[in-house]
Amino acid sequence: MATREGAGHDAEIDRETHPHPSPKEYVKVAVILAIITALEVGLYYIDLPNGPLIGLLLAFSALKFALVVLWFMHLRFDSPVLKRLFVTGLVLAATVYAIVFIITLANRSSGAVVGG
Amino acid sequence: MSVQAAAHAEHPATNTGMSNVKVGMWGFLASECLLFGALISTYLLYRGRVGQAGGPIPHDVYDIPFTSVSSFVLLMSSLTMVLALAAIQRGDERRLRVWLVATALLGMVFISGQVYEFSTFVEEGLTLKTNVASTAFFVLTGFHGAHVSIGILMLLSLWGISHQGKLPPSRSEAVELVGLYWHFVDIVWIVIFTLVYLVPAPAGAGGG
Repeated sequence: MATREGAGHDAEIDRETHPHPSPKEYVKVAVILAIITALEVGLYYIDLPNGPLIGLLLAFSALKFALVVLWFMHLRFDSPVLKRLFVTGLVLAATVYAIVFIITLANRSSGAVVGG
Repeated sequence: MSVQAAAHAEHPATNTGMSNVKVGMWGFLASECLLFGALISTYLLYRGRVGQAGGPIPHDVYDIPFTSVSSFVLLMSSLTMVLALAAIQRGDERRLRVWLVATALLGMVFISGQVYEFSTFVEEGLTLKTNVASTAFFVLTGFHGAHVSIGILMLLSLWGISHQGKLPPSRSEAVELVGLYWHFVDIVWIVIFTLVYLVPAPAGAGGG
């Protein structure tokens, strides 16, 4: 019984997880991260209008975030349950920010002073 | 059976088919998203506001080249961390210790940079109490620095345990869990570096 449970457990792991990348692949990801960081800093010194500048900076940041989470934290290779758990935290954090942002903007437009 | 599979097989069967501590760590990291989400939100809302207190805002005193190097150092520590995990998963305990120490050292370089940056800011008149923008900045980056410091302690503990021969490949999950925490600290900095340092301050902000 215990053996069958153990076998089922292994089978489930095999179905939901994949082997982790090799050290060479990790180095490749790190090189890409370094290049993106250099591009971000380069953008800071280019005289771009705020709209495109902020858009590009946010896109690069999101790309770096995704690369670390998917490759270094192995979310790409691990069980989808872990992915859902982490995404839930991210979505909740974004929701908190959206609510605070909307309330603060509403207070400012109505003349109420919030924190200085 | 690979070392990775052997490590998994050591766990008793769970309802999820995954190690409970790993699920717990991901749950903890999800909750940390809320903590840093709140701190980053607060900074973004107040970053250009000095109110009657006056004084400079953080954007007036940033040293972007210096912080870029610090960010690069922390980013590369994620590489050394994942190489430590790869080393223990293939049973190479000597390399595991080398990469753990390398990660801890890179973390220390980052923290030293933050201490230098904070002391420079204080010399330039930006303290925790200068205005609401400076308070939001120091609380956010200070909390992040505290997380990095805790991560360094965990890495050095792992190194010590491994040095005593008590961290065999079958216990690679311990390295994986510390690695998850370390990478999380790195991704939080990726967001902070962009939103706090590189995104320009709102027009008309600052008190000089």
